[in-house]
Order: sequence, then C-alpha cells, then structure tokens
Amino acid sequence: MYEFSYHRPASVAEAAELIANAADGKLVAGGQTLLPTIKHRLASPSDVIDLGGIAELSGIVVNGNIVTVGAMTTHAEVAASKEVGEAIPALAALAGNIGDPAVRNCGTLGGSIANNDPAADYPAAVIALGATVRTNRREIAGEDFFTAMFETALEEDEIIVAVDFPRPEAASYMKFENPASRYAIVGVFVARTAAGPRAAVTGATACAHRAYRLEEALQADFSAAALDDFEAPVDKMNSDIHAGAEYRAHLVKVMAQRAVAACA
Amino acid sequence: MSTINLAVNGQSVSGEVEPRTLLVEFLREQLRLTGTHVGCDTSQCGACVVMVDGKSVKSCTMLAVMADGCDVTTIEGLADGADLHPMQQAFMDNHGLQCGFCTPGMVMSGLDIVNRHGNDLDAATVRRELNGNICRCTGYQNIVKAIRAGAKAMGD
Ligand SMILES: Cc1cc2nc3c(=O)[nH]c(=O)nc-3n(C[C@H](O)[C@H](O)[C@H](O)COP(=O)(O)OP(=O)(O)OC[C@H]3O[C@@H](n4cnc5c(N)ncnc54)[C@H](O)[C@@H]3O)c2cc1C
Repeated sequence: MYEFSYHRPASVAEAAELIANAADGKLVAGGQTLLPTIKHRLASPSDVIDLGGIAELSGIVVNGNIVTVGAMTTHAEVAASKEVGEAIPALAALAGNIGDPAVRNCGTLGGSIANNDPAADYPAAVIALGATVRTNRREIAGEDFFTAMFETALEEDEIIVAVDFPRPEAASYMKFENPASRYAIVGVFVARTAAGPRAAVTGATACAHRAYRLEEALQADFSAAALDDFEAPVDKMNSDIHAGAEYRAHLVKVMAQRAVAACA
Repeated sequence: MSTINLAVNGQSVSGEVEPRTLLVEFLREQLRLTGTHVGCDTSQCGACVVMVDGKSVKSCTMLAVMADGCDVTTIEGLADGADLHPMQQAFMDNHGLQCGFCTPGMVMSGLDIVNRHGNDLDAATVRRELNGNICRCTGYQNIVKAIRAGAKAMGD
C-alpha cells in the first residue's frame, strides 16, 4: 500500500469538505472493496476519508411504505433487521447472502452501490424496487444510478447518504453465485408492485440494469410459466472463466423463473 | 503517524501506526501476536479473522486506525492459561486441522457462528457460515465436526 492521510469526520458536511479539498481523496465505508484495491495498488489515494464516525449515515427507518437504509448500514445489519425482514424480506435475504459473515459485518449498502461491481447484488434490488438514492446534493432514481461497469451517476466527491426502498407487494432475488466469492454470476431481482412487475438483472452484463423485456413478459401473467419462451440476448452477456455468454443467458431465464415462483 | 488506543485480549494497548497499517500488521508486527495469519491478498481466505467489538472481521481488510477505541480478541485471547478454550479443544479432539495455517481464523469464525446461531448447530449451517474461511488441506469434514462439538461444549 502506498502512503495516504487518514481522516475520520463526524458529519457529512465535514466529509464533503475533506474530499473536496483533497488532491485525490477517497471515501472509505466498510473497506471491503477499497482496501483490497489499495493493497493491489489499483488505487493510490492521497487521502482516505472514513465515513465510519458519522452516526447520521447508519440505520434503518420504516416510514409508511418506504424503507430507508442509511449508506453506512452494514449487510449484516440489513440481513438481521426485523423491520426490513417484515417490509421487504427479499432485501434482507439478499444482504444475508453477500460474501461471508466477516464481509457482511463491515461491507455497507453505500459502498456496494457506489462501487457498482458488475456482479454485485444490491444494484439489482435498487433498480427493481424502484429505489431512490439520496446523496448530500440530490436524489437519483435507482435505475439511473448505475451507468456502466464500476461507474455511477455520482459526481467525483458526492456522498451517498441513504437509499429509500418502496415496499413492493412481493419480491424475490435469486442468484447463481460464484462459489468462491459469492458474487453473482447471474442474479435476478423481481418485484410485483401496484404499478406492475419490475425486474433487474446483475452479473450478466457490464452492469446491473432494468430488465424491461422480463417485465413485459410478466405484465399479463406474473408467473414462472409466462417466462417459458423468454430468451435473454446472448450477444449482450459477459463471458469469462466463470461462465460463457450462452450459459449466462440461460441463467437469466432460470433465475427469473425461480424468483417469480418464489413471489407466489 | 497516528496514535491508537484499543483493548486487545482484555488488555489496553496503544500504538503508533501509519494510516496505511492494516489491523493484522499491527497485531502481528507491533504486538507480536502472530497467531492471526495472512493467507491471501483478496480478503477471501479468512485466516486473519479476529473479533472487533464482538463481531468477526477480516483483520487484513481493516486499517489499524479504524480499530481505534475498539475491543479486539485474537486467537491468543481464548485459552485460560494452559486450558484451551472449548472451541480450541474441540479442534484438537476432532482432528480439525492438518497444517494449522487456517485454524486461527476457523476457530474465531466458529465462535462467531456460536454467537449468532447458538450451541446446537447443524452441519449445513456451519458449512454455509464458513464460506469466508478457506482450508487448503481439504479438511472441512473435521472442521465442521469440531465447530459443532465446540459449540456444544460451550453450552455445557
Ligand atoms: C470476499 C468478498 C466477497 C464478496 N462477495 C460479495 C457478494 O457476494 N456480493 C456483493 O454484492 N458484494 C460482495 N463483496 C463486496 C462487498 O459487498 C463490499 O462490502 C462492497 O462492494 C463495498 O462496500 P464497502 O462498504 O466495503 O465499501 P468500500 O470498500 O469502503 O468502498 C467502495 C467504494 O465505494 C465508495 N463509497 C463508499 N461509501 C460511499 C458513500 N456513502 N458515498 C459515496 N461513495 C462511497 C468508496 O469511495 C469506494 O470507491 C465481497 C467482498 C469480499 C471481500
């Protein structure tokens, strides 16, 4: 690791000032992605600004039909939350299947979505549930947030504060996981909402995206059988040592069918 | 350099660290607590698992400065003098180790599993919960046995 300066601000405003004034500052949340990246010298920030001391960034609040999860809330906290378990059980289950227990004790919602790994789990939930990402500057619709592989709509020194998840009528997330890392080889999140079916796919392509064609196929009939003839476009799929494009396309359909069946 | 103050295995310690010093480096190189191992650089192997404020953490993926003010338990903090902790004893009794490199992390993760799932553990739960700990002697069978037995012994 190259040298850097470390800061532990007590408020979002202070963190924003520190990152704005740093030559090449990086926010650190749970460190589960950033620290390995720094170790590998794929990142060499001048300043590391730790969000861990900012109480206002952590916690879960349910207000009517909206479940608000603070950016610094860990995967373990979301997985164990009674409120999330009652309002959106699929979200608690998703968080409980990220990585391993030690990773879940540190890794956070904000860090996961800011990083936008093409195989990350949370992005699928943020998109499919029609969530809103709140930052220190504005609100960003979940489906506009993830723009490309490891790229988001965030500006250089913008800080995610929380994510508002609307409660669906029913939802489920199914992932075919990489057995070593638990990252999604393909993950599909489906939700039945008052406004119709919603779906998002992660792991399959360059970054998580809304799956309009799945939604269309489920419009008239929200059942696994409605996807019997569904074909995901092979030419858009990732292909790597873990799975080829055709296999991934097949997994999109199978995971989507399992997720829809689990909503029943 | 930054000064950090923390409790390690029940004793308060302070140290001077660079911001880039990892918690595992602080434990091994400054405190000479070399029971905590480093087996990878991708945060996947779990040989470095310690408890920070009662929760399992990969100490290779936390900066020492982030543990300032925390309560840390390492493998060295488990035995009571010459008496092994029941979870350590269970690893010995069940032949839960071969080369021993992954063992400190396995034992700490085993304790974390007991904290969250209690003393009566089925094998499927232990296997799922151990997915962040890798053994390369292919000894999972006996590790799972050891953790189940250790969990039970801790409840007796
Ligand atoms: C062994 C292992 C297995 C894993 N398996 C999975 C898996 O199965 N599924 C999965 O989805 N993920 C997995 N992960 C990744 C894990 O979920 C990480 O916790 C997550 O990607 C990053 O979260 P973090 O809080 O650790 O962020 P950090 O590593 O601290 O930060 C990541 C990035 O986000 C930025 N950032 C952090 N917080 C904010 C904020 N509030 N506002 C703006 N930017 C911010 C940082 O600057 C940095 O660029 C795994 C990681 C490991 C090490």
